Amino acid sequence: MHLPGRKNRDSTAFAGRGMTEPALVRWFLIASALAFLALFLFVPLAAVFSQALEKGWDAYIEAIREPDALTAIKLTVVTAAIAVPLNLVFGVSAAWAIAKFKFRGKSFLITLIDLPFSVSPVISGLIYVLLFGLQGWLGPWLQEHNVKIIFAVPGIVLATIFVTFPFVARELIPLMEAQGKDEEEAATVLGASGLQTFFRVTLPNVRWGIIYGVILCNARAMGEFGAVSVVSGHIRGSTNTVPLHVEILYNEYNYAAAFAVASLLALLALVTLAVKSVAEWKMRKEA
Amino acid sequence: MALHNKKNSVIPGFGPTLGYTIFYLSLIVLIPLSALVIKSTDLSWQQFVGAVTADRVLASYRVTFGAALMAAAANAFFGVLVAWVLVRYRFPGKRLVDALVDLPFALPTAVAGITLATVYSSNGWLGRYLEPRGIKVAFTPVGIFVAMTFIGLPFVVRTVQPVLEELESEVEEAAVCLGACRWQTFSRVLFPTLLPSVLTGFALAFARAVGEYGSVIFIAGNMPMVSEITPLLIITKLEQYDYAGATAIASVMLGASFILLFAVNLLQWWSRRYAE
Repeated sequence: MHLPGRKNRDSTAFAGRGMTEPALVRWFLIASALAFLALFLFVPLAAVFSQALEKGWDAYIEAIREPDALTAIKLTVVTAAIAVPLNLVFGVSAAWAIAKFKFRGKSFLITLIDLPFSVSPVISGLIYVLLFGLQGWLGPWLQEHNVKIIFAVPGIVLATIFVTFPFVARELIPLMEAQGKDEEEAATVLGASGLQTFFRVTLPNVRWGIIYGVILCNARAMGEFGAVSVVSGHIRGSTNTVPLHVEILYNEYNYAAAFAVASLLALLALVTLAVKSVAEWKMRKEA
Repeated sequence: MALHNKKNSVIPGFGPTLGYTIFYLSLIVLIPLSALVIKSTDLSWQQFVGAVTADRVLASYRVTFGAALMAAAANAFFGVLVAWVLVRYRFPGKRLVDALVDLPFALPTAVAGITLATVYSSNGWLGRYLEPRGIKVAFTPVGIFVAMTFIGLPFVVRTVQPVLEELESEVEEAAVCLGACRWQTFSRVLFPTLLPSVLTGFALAFARAVGEYGSVIFIAGNMPMVSEITPLLIITKLEQYDYAGATAIASVMLGASFILLFAVNLLQWWSRRYAE
């Protein structure tokens, strides 16, 4: 069960030294922890798939192949395909500046990068409505030039970029700080250019950290509900992402279809957790 | 940002990467957020106070912050328990359980919302056992607590777990040698060491729960004055084209988030100092 490199700190290491609890207490604690997790995690997770298949495979496939569902899937994939690479480039560039150089105001900058995580998703959507909506600052100008951002795809993409903004950066900054800058300095002194140093020296060291950040960023981008709901306008078959499509189906009491589509997102979440675990394991091994 | 330290480093790329970081940060985060702050000054002070202290709004603060506080407290208690069990004990399926703790980070909130509402409704898998015992969860404030507990679940576990893993066994051995019983060792030696990380996790879970929207609205019932959360009230105002009212309430929420963010930073600074 134990990973290489991980400290062996479970009961066996402590047994016989008066350093652990009686077996009865141990089993009671394990049972309580698992009961709590069952109530809040395991039962709901199982329920998604059970509800999705309640009306059988045919209904399941039908719910996913329906045109509105397919449009929603396409929009979600396109949104993530724009938001994730942009935040990846930002995250790498921010981590390079913050981890490899000293400058004043660094910790303030890190706090600002983390800001989108502390803002309610509803507010994340609202700020773009205030900028680009009809009553917003740029609204009248945009309408004159026939550009639609709010209640259209660009608004959805912007809100998604905002809520997934910190993922890659906050994963890479501590990782690159921990690795120091000796290798990069050596590469530079030996005549490598900045890009060569990054691609040949830094990137191989942080690739699992990047994968970790990207996969979590992608999961949030595809699953975001609150922020996207504010800017989307819920136009069926046009500005509905997968989570918004789930909401519509659910509110129409079309539960089996809602859970069928939701199960796709739950599968994505499970794949995300699996890749995340592998990345964590690789990072621990390489550390 | 001072650039004067650049000459200390031979590594290239400081100017472009920092420049791009600040440019992108301003474009995506800082300018839109300041739009909210500036827009909220459209109202006069009296109008602003009126908008953010109306009875329905005050009731929504009570529901939101009250449920978030209880959910964060539940997560603090069970989070320490789960972290303890995962670090100290061995049981079948431990790796799987460890990985699944992060599910609330990966599962979209809308999926969590409809699932919790279904599972805890009167004929759902768990609701059908709770309701005969007088515990109504779905479409009551208790449902809000359940949803907020779900989305805040990983925070305390993930802040406490590494501290528990790094803990030196010498301290515990010393306590045992000096005659402490197991409970004394935990409450007098281990728990004070864990406290900063527990509080950090608590604050993070609380902050997340206060702003949460997707998972809550499906299970809350959304009755004004009873089970209506503040983020939903902002959306309701927007749908009624009351942009000024929505913005005023949102700026109060944003202020609360900033205070929480500051508290989290202080706690993290404290726990780092504690660890040294």
